[in-house]
Amino acid sequence: MADAITPRGPKPRRRFSRANVMLYGTLIVIAAYYALPLYVMIVTSLKGMPEIRIGNIFAPPVEVTYQPWVKAWSEACTGINCEGLSRGFWNSVQILIPSVILSIAIASVNGYALANWKFKGSEVFFTILIVGAFIPYQVMLYPLVIILRELGLYGSIWGLVLVHTVFGMPILTLLFRNYFTSVPEELFKAARVDGAGFWGIYFRIMLPMSLPIFVVAIILQVTGIWNDFLFGVIYTKPADYPMTVQLNNIVNSVQGVKEYNVNMAATLLTGLVPLIIYFASGKLFVRGIAAGAVKG
Amino acid sequence: MSSSQSSSRKPSGLFRNLSAKIASVPMVLTALVVFVGGTAWTVLYSFTSSKLLPKLNFVGLDQYERLWGTRRWLISIENLAVYGFFSMIFTLVIGFTLAALLDRKIRGENVFRTIFLYPFALSFVVTGLAWQWILNPDLGVQNVVRSLGWESFTFNPLNDPDIVIYGILIAGLWQGTGLIMVIMLAGLRGIDEDIWKAARVDGIGTVKTYLRVIIPMMRPVFVTALVLIASGIIKIYDLVVAQTNGGPGIASEVPAKYVINYMFRAQNLGQGFAASTMMLVSVIIILIPWAYLEFGGKKRG
Amino acid sequence: MRKFSKLMASAALCTASMAHAGELEVTHWWTSGGEAAAVAEFAEAFDATGNTWVDGAIAGSGGTARPIIISRILGGDPMGATQLNHGRQAEELIEAGLMTDLTELAEAEGWKDLVNPSSLLDACTFEGRIYCVPVNIHSAQWIWLSHGAFEKAGLPVPANWNEFVAAAPKLEEAGITPLAMGQQGWQQNLAFGTLTLAIAGVDAWRKVSVERDVDTAKGPEYAAVFEAVAKARELARDSNVQDWNLATNLVITDQAGGQIMGDWAQGEFQMAGQVAGEDYTCLPGLGVNEILDTGGDAFYFPVIDDEATKEAQMALASTLIAPETQVAFNLKKGSLPVRGDIDLSAANDCMQKGLNILAAGNVLPSGDMNLTADTQTQIEDLMAEFWTSDMSAADGQARYADIIASAE
Repeated sequence: MADAITPRGPKPRRRFSRANVMLYGTLIVIAAYYALPLYVMIVTSLKGMPEIRIGNIFAPPVEVTYQPWVKAWSEACTGINCEGLSRGFWNSVQILIPSVILSIAIASVNGYALANWKFKGSEVFFTILIVGAFIPYQVMLYPLVIILRELGLYGSIWGLVLVHTVFGMPILTLLFRNYFTSVPEELFKAARVDGAGFWGIYFRIMLPMSLPIFVVAIILQVTGIWNDFLFGVIYTKPADYPMTVQLNNIVNSVQGVKEYNVNMAATLLTGLVPLIIYFASGKLFVRGIAAGAVKG
Repeated sequence: MSSSQSSSRKPSGLFRNLSAKIASVPMVLTALVVFVGGTAWTVLYSFTSSKLLPKLNFVGLDQYERLWGTRRWLISIENLAVYGFFSMIFTLVIGFTLAALLDRKIRGENVFRTIFLYPFALSFVVTGLAWQWILNPDLGVQNVVRSLGWESFTFNPLNDPDIVIYGILIAGLWQGTGLIMVIMLAGLRGIDEDIWKAARVDGIGTVKTYLRVIIPMMRPVFVTALVLIASGIIKIYDLVVAQTNGGPGIASEVPAKYVINYMFRAQNLGQGFAASTMMLVSVIIILIPWAYLEFGGKKRG
Repeated sequence: MRKFSKLMASAALCTASMAHAGELEVTHWWTSGGEAAAVAEFAEAFDATGNTWVDGAIAGSGGTARPIIISRILGGDPMGATQLNHGRQAEELIEAGLMTDLTELAEAEGWKDLVNPSSLLDACTFEGRIYCVPVNIHSAQWIWLSHGAFEKAGLPVPANWNEFVAAAPKLEEAGITPLAMGQQGWQQNLAFGTLTLAIAGVDAWRKVSVERDVDTAKGPEYAAVFEAVAKARELARDSNVQDWNLATNLVITDQAGGQIMGDWAQGEFQMAGQVAGEDYTCLPGLGVNEILDTGGDAFYFPVIDDEATKEAQMALASTLIAPETQVAFNLKKGSLPVRGDIDLSAANDCMQKGLNILAAGNVLPSGDMNLTADTQTQIEDLMAEFWTSDMSAADGQARYADIIASAE
């Protein structure tokens, strides 16, 4: 798998051939289009409101101000709490860590069982899971409220963790199943001959060699759970609300003048955790996807 | 996604494979209790006149009759079809094209790939807000082009009922193509270099090689990509809410928004459940035959 | 697996011991500057009684907050108190026995004699028992006019809707959009409702909205209403903003002649430093029919089986309606108090107009109290479509009549 990320396409011939200029030209134009919104958000978040009203959204700030960032982080009000996003940040972390761990732990074991220890009906359950990936979450709100109430988990962080585990399961299970299917069968057989059982093989053989797919799963889950608004607001209490809820409150204030600069700063702050993860681990992500998502 | 290796481990008896069965309990519970149970619950209550609280007072097909006689639902379906069609095609084409461009041993691949992928790290709410801001006629693109001297330039999709769905499409593609590009790229990297050599020996052009040889070889990659894109399209909600909130008027409404709106704002649970049942039915019609072929149909002895 | 079930068990224990004495979590969707300042008055007054207000604000209007509120109540872990629009919204929750009966407190404090108009308390009453505390009155039937815009066009500020329509061509000549209108269903529906009262009159309105009389909905009075809405649609052609406050901003900056919007719009004018009567004029009932509805907000108290919490709930209910809290809250919120017995001399020109109409008893029950949310949503969808398409007035009226015919 180590060479999975070296390019396989035909080699471009010379450095400055016309085709090369075209290739880089195209890439740069497209990259500009993709980078534009982030650029606009950053630039806007550094401007004062008067400049925003008269100015051009693409122009760099004439006078750089960090006030919107300070306000978004620690001063913006939600109802009568004026603590900005900072209150939600730690809540998000507290929700994120157990959710990511539990959802990945369960999905990886599922994928392993589906790939290597098929039993009667296992594929049926898997098919149901995949169909479940298409169900709009909102449809499940009330049934889940009832299920959580019956489990006595409603309103606690653990209820929310369970919800994230459930809704992360289809895609994650698919990823892990595909990955474990591609593990050479000889390895598995040899371990069986040595007398290793279900858990023995999982912990001693499968886990050590599945770093790339775990990276993908972690990236997907961190992004998904961090960006979640709906479950966070429905299945927890105000004291536990994640950062996205505060973001919604800041951005959706119904009355008053819209402070675009504070909105943009708040948006960027909320997006910071997943953004950093993507910027830092892009290469691992591609490698993991290559290993898991696309092997047939 | 075949799985030929596992053919030798044929189960027999309840206690064979016991650990695997125990380990699968969370999956089985999720599938049965949440997905099947929740869906059945929703379908059941779609035949009732439930208002604010779910109640079992059955009214037959009334909710469905009303649903299909409602302009807003029909517009939502139409928007989903338009958005789904273009989103599917453009995401695949752009995703594949970007991946192919990146796969040509270019310099700075990491930089380009990161730029194409980062939007995926942002939520739909953020995406919607950012693009609402860029497409704002008085502050965004239209204003900038006009101030450059082209006074009559008009680009105001978010306030024009006829094209608003394309304004949402622009934002949706921006957010989603990066992931598909990575998947395509991974697929391209999985193709043997000898194929390219053979194609070159035979004198087949680059574009032709992609179309005739490479793409057919990447079928499983396209299947994964399709599942991801399609599940995203059906669920489209946050993006619309953040970017246009269904407006102007009801021109950019989508089915998931209709469901939420009737469940919670209109307090007509029955109507919301009927609408979500229709969404589920369409998903199942498309998905079941495919899922059967992909996962369930390969019974081997 | 065993670990997991242990986790679940301990989590269940956690939830069971969450309620603290005297601490009350209050859910509401008042998150903007003026609204939050108003809520702070409630919180302060409640904390002064020795209890603690735990704020549970959710932005994004009732549409976002309602599923959260309902889920919490259904999930068996309700908040101590919650904002809900009064009227038929909470009926089912009351029927299911999920809301606390406030009748004893209401009788002890004599709410019946205090609350004006009495329709507010009626909306809180279900089968003779009282389940909510009304806290303010908002009315929708206002038009806000920009003095600057009419000056530019060389016209006097209109005194009613007909003069406004007559002045429109001149405004357009001067490059001003006559009518500012946010492109959202509820705003378009609000304008429709306001025009109905102004043009068809109260009697026709009552027949349709309260008695659901389809013939009136099909009749000439409503035909005139739909013609007027079609006219308003023309006047608002060039207004391409979405949010209501951005539409208000067009009026503030003299880019538009006027806006039909509820009394909460004056918060925007105040914030922009504008003075009623000098920079802008407000006309209740569009200057035609000076009558206001009495919508507003109310607080409900979900049933919680804990004596200390119950006491705190009663203390909050009593605080919300106390005279001092009413004055402090409503001055900040820009709404009118629910008590007829308090002095609001600090109120501005527009609020005084509202108070006078209230005192004269020219009030309607709000639509919230008549049509179900379901029917209102259907009308809202129709209006959203009507305003953004070329639907003829006759078609619009026919579809409106259909909705009224199927209303429960």
